[in-house]
Amino acid sequence: MQTTKNPLLQVRDLKIGATITPPGGRPQDIEIVHGVSFDLQKGRVLGLIGESGAGKSTIGLSAMAYGRGGVKITGGQVWVNGRDILQTSGSDLRALRGGEVTYVSQSAAASFNPAKKIMDQVVEAAVRQGKFTRSAAEKRAVELFEKLGLPDPQNIGNRYPHQVSGGQLQRCMTALALCPEPDLVVFDEPTTALDVTTQIDVLMAIKEAIRDTGVAAIYITHDLAVVAQVSDDIMVLKMGDMVEYGTTEQIITAPREDYTKALVSVRSIDHQEKPAEGTPLLRVEGISARYKGTNFDVLKNVNVELRPGQTLAVVGESGSGKSTLARVITGLLPARQGRLSFDGRVLSPDLPARSREDLRELQMIYQMADVAMNPRQTVGTIIGRPLEFYFGMKGDEKRRRIKELLEEIEMGDGFIDRYPAELSGGQKQRVCIARALAAKPKLIICDEVTSALDPLVADGILKLLLNLQKVEDVAYLFITHDLATVRAIADSIAVMYKGEVVRYGTKSDVLAPPFDDYTDLLLSSVPEMRMGWLEDVIANRKMESAGH
Amino acid sequence: MIRNIPLAAMVGLVFTGFYFAMAILAPWIAPYGMAEIVGDVWEPSSPEHWLGTDNIGRDLLTRMIYGGRTTIFIATVATLISFCTGAIFGFWAAVAGGWVDQLFSRFVDLVMSIPSLILALVILSVMPVTVPVLVLVMGFLDSTRVFRLSRAVAVDITVMDYVEAAKLRGEGYRWVIFREILPNALSPLVAEMGLRFIFMVLFISTLSFLGLGIQPPEADWGGIVKENADGINYGIGAALYPAVAIATLAISVNLVADWVLTRTTSLKGGR
Amino acid sequence: MSPVLKLIAQRVALGLLLLFMVSVLIFIGTLILPGDVAQSILGQSATPEALANLRRDLGLNDPPVQRYFAWLGGVLQGDLGTALTSGQDIASVMWARLENTLFLAFWAAVISVPLAIFLGLLAVRYRDRWPDKLISGVTLASISVPEFLIAYVLMFFIGVKLRWLNPTAIGFRPDADVLSKLEAIALPVAVLTLVVLAHMMRMTRAAILNVMQSAYIETAELKGLSLFSVIWRHAFPNSIAPVVNVVMLNLAYLVVGVVVIEVVFVYPGMGQYLVDHVSKRDVPVVQACGLIFAAVYIGLNLIADIVSIVSNPRLRHPK
Repeated sequence: MQTTKNPLLQVRDLKIGATITPPGGRPQDIEIVHGVSFDLQKGRVLGLIGESGAGKSTIGLSAMAYGRGGVKITGGQVWVNGRDILQTSGSDLRALRGGEVTYVSQSAAASFNPAKKIMDQVVEAAVRQGKFTRSAAEKRAVELFEKLGLPDPQNIGNRYPHQVSGGQLQRCMTALALCPEPDLVVFDEPTTALDVTTQIDVLMAIKEAIRDTGVAAIYITHDLAVVAQVSDDIMVLKMGDMVEYGTTEQIITAPREDYTKALVSVRSIDHQEKPAEGTPLLRVEGISARYKGTNFDVLKNVNVELRPGQTLAVVGESGSGKSTLARVITGLLPARQGRLSFDGRVLSPDLPARSREDLRELQMIYQMADVAMNPRQTVGTIIGRPLEFYFGMKGDEKRRRIKELLEEIEMGDGFIDRYPAELSGGQKQRVCIARALAAKPKLIICDEVTSALDPLVADGILKLLLNLQKVEDVAYLFITHDLATVRAIADSIAVMYKGEVVRYGTKSDVLAPPFDDYTDLLLSSVPEMRMGWLEDVIANRKMESAGH
Repeated sequence: MIRNIPLAAMVGLVFTGFYFAMAILAPWIAPYGMAEIVGDVWEPSSPEHWLGTDNIGRDLLTRMIYGGRTTIFIATVATLISFCTGAIFGFWAAVAGGWVDQLFSRFVDLVMSIPSLILALVILSVMPVTVPVLVLVMGFLDSTRVFRLSRAVAVDITVMDYVEAAKLRGEGYRWVIFREILPNALSPLVAEMGLRFIFMVLFISTLSFLGLGIQPPEADWGGIVKENADGINYGIGAALYPAVAIATLAISVNLVADWVLTRTTSLKGGR
Repeated sequence: MSPVLKLIAQRVALGLLLLFMVSVLIFIGTLILPGDVAQSILGQSATPEALANLRRDLGLNDPPVQRYFAWLGGVLQGDLGTALTSGQDIASVMWARLENTLFLAFWAAVISVPLAIFLGLLAVRYRDRWPDKLISGVTLASISVPEFLIAYVLMFFIGVKLRWLNPTAIGFRPDADVLSKLEAIALPVAVLTLVVLAHMMRMTRAAILNVMQSAYIETAELKGLSLFSVIWRHAFPNSIAPVVNVVMLNLAYLVVGVVVIEVVFVYPGMGQYLVDHVSKRDVPVVQACGLIFAAVYIGLNLIADIVSIVSNPRLRHPK
């Protein structure tokens, strides 16, 4: 392959196949990447973006001639430093992996060997590849630890992986990748598993490390706003095909393809907040709760209200107590102190003591739709059971109502006899919504209902929920860690931190300055779809994030 | 339907069916009486005696057929006892939780900390060795394993969101156990049933071989080995026929259990 | 105290408690007889005097709790009582027998453990290729046949037809030199090895596969390490605990297999001693043997637990 400049990495017509075994069937060979080509120059950063199943990790790993599980590279060429690595093997291939190209995975916690010290693992590739002596590699590792903002860089290498936090371990993984002075690093969703306020620091650390070492990188993520902060070019992928490839600026500001436009405009649902009037439907007064066998409160004196037909968003990071609040309201975890009232009557703290009417009017939708539905029941049974249970519907009447509900969630009545395993992620969540609606509830608790879904699918669910609210006049208690979702759907907001509500009010009040420190940190940590956002945020920080 | 059965499962079904049919029809298909002495000691196989004769001159094929009847009958009943006891207590422990669960689980831990053959020998040293006693001892000792499995399976299912959703809806125990938990627990339990049956066949054969199972003149496969074991030293292989029978029965039940497991999990509603 | 030591101490205490409960269970197990122990030992034709004497000798006239503690007190001092049938001191007979059994089990373990681990690794290396399939096929066949039948098949073909090895262990003399002892037990050791090999191989394969599928193995591969380095430096340290667990579990299984194999080969070990006295309804011997077997079984499981505690980096290096 001749080109004018000599790029570091050239990928030509890359085809990747996989062997999958459907349950109970024979193994089949399918193609998951259908001929992708791109170049990467020294010191540049390329972002690969797409939803799950787009083939982005697979393409990233092909730069190391590596296929995960049953994945095999079936065609095309991958040139690194002037040679086609798909034709190399043995010691040549080993010198490439860990020497010229290194890898940072999504879960550093799983990717570090639990039985060995961090330092041993960070310097291993550099020493084994003969690039550095052990002592030189250790010196370099300490420098990288310092550059990546890890605490106590001299000694952190002597710890074992379980002795440092998730955000720190992700930085150690970056040090591991940079230690052998590679030409190219593949970052595979390195911040996805982190809390939003931790993500921003790790992202900044990675960005500075890339800049200072002059290494080239492939940055893989499903979040366009994140990739816009670190990459020079972006390639958009969908189902194993390239959709669009251009500079970051062009993709963000002037996307050409419809699919890219949809990705750029995701999370920009416009929702006009409703005025806070009328008597509250749900009152949570002075609620404290703790789990059995522990001696500290995971909820401390929580007070919030929710009006009929409106949405209260409860926002917080992992460990903030937001999901516990849902368990207390549903009665799964009786509160230790405080009072719940619903529609003007006192709600018993304990689930078995609640009346069937209370249960019917208060429904719940879960994060993981696939485990929220019995895999042995058809869609018809799943949606039909509440109709039967609460309203005694039977036969044709029930079937007609099921079909109506399927229409409401924008799925045809052809789904009525399907099993959950035959549905896509978005469809599963829609069926769960229909099951909740079937009870004609006044309040639905939505626990992270969109966070397991791809952004476009999540958008569809949010739009559906908003429409249903208009039609059915149902209130939502919406639990989420994602502020973009909150902006899209909330009328009022409660920000939770370590079991307490630190900020509470209407959406316009909560999202307008002056902020308290935590809300400021949380709000500023949500990646925005513009270049240079990361630098602005870091410069304007008030509170250090929990990652330190 | 039949076309969809894979070859291995088909072979398994045929052999399992063959052995069970033989067990049921024993009195009609056996060529001689069970304890009838019809020839010399350890005659080689001949048109009159396909498998030859045994240590006191009884027809070995007849003994094998009646022996299979006893072995399969005892193993089946013991499996049923083991299964019903283990599954009921296992589900109970999983759904009730708390001290009920603790009580059952710790007791099972205790029983399982003694190898079941040893415990069976200890108990049989003071009990009369009769068929009901054998079946009960085997069944109850083995139910500890079924208990562990069904408890584990049920606990896995009770923490699923769909069970929580049913509880939030206000469903009672009956719906939760029979409509939410049981359909999802069935396929591992059925597969386990096959394994338990094989284990029971091995268990009763071992006990009979040790002289602590079926008492002569009744025949069973383990007992036939014991009766004819001395022949081995003279180069007479009469004691090896039960080996072939037990191995083929066990392997074919295994193949069927495997197939049941994959078939039920690959249903459209499978996990 | 470090958390590791604390956990080990807890685990040992639990093991002792379990052993105590097991002794109760074994004792109760010999009490559940409907009717009279003495009657069933001596049979229907026994004279009333003989019955009365036996009852007195067995202490049957005392309440069960008192009998239990008298028995347990004896056991703790190494006194396992006297055999009803022979009047011999059980302890002195049993120690000699136990030694023979451990000799047999030891050599079976020495051969089967390395072989099983090697074959397990081989199955992992050639996963889903013919060596793996062959190994799983042999496994299926060998877990489908009871131990005593494997023993007779080998005895018939190797011992009697081919005359390569002694068909029985009758020639075994505890005071002979090691080589002639080994010659006498070659066939039983081969059978025991076969019996545990299949299980151990399959479980080793599963344990190692589990480790090899971890993300940190992928990390090691992506560092460009050779297959040998990946296995030796990254898979091995994490495989110790699961593999030791597998080995201990199978040695415990071996202890049970020994009972039957000793009967088949007429080997003067604990197992044969136990089975003989079960048919003679010699309750004190059965109780003593049952207790020793259970103790060995619990002990092996205890070792497995301790190894996994010690090899867990989270416990060895607390935060």
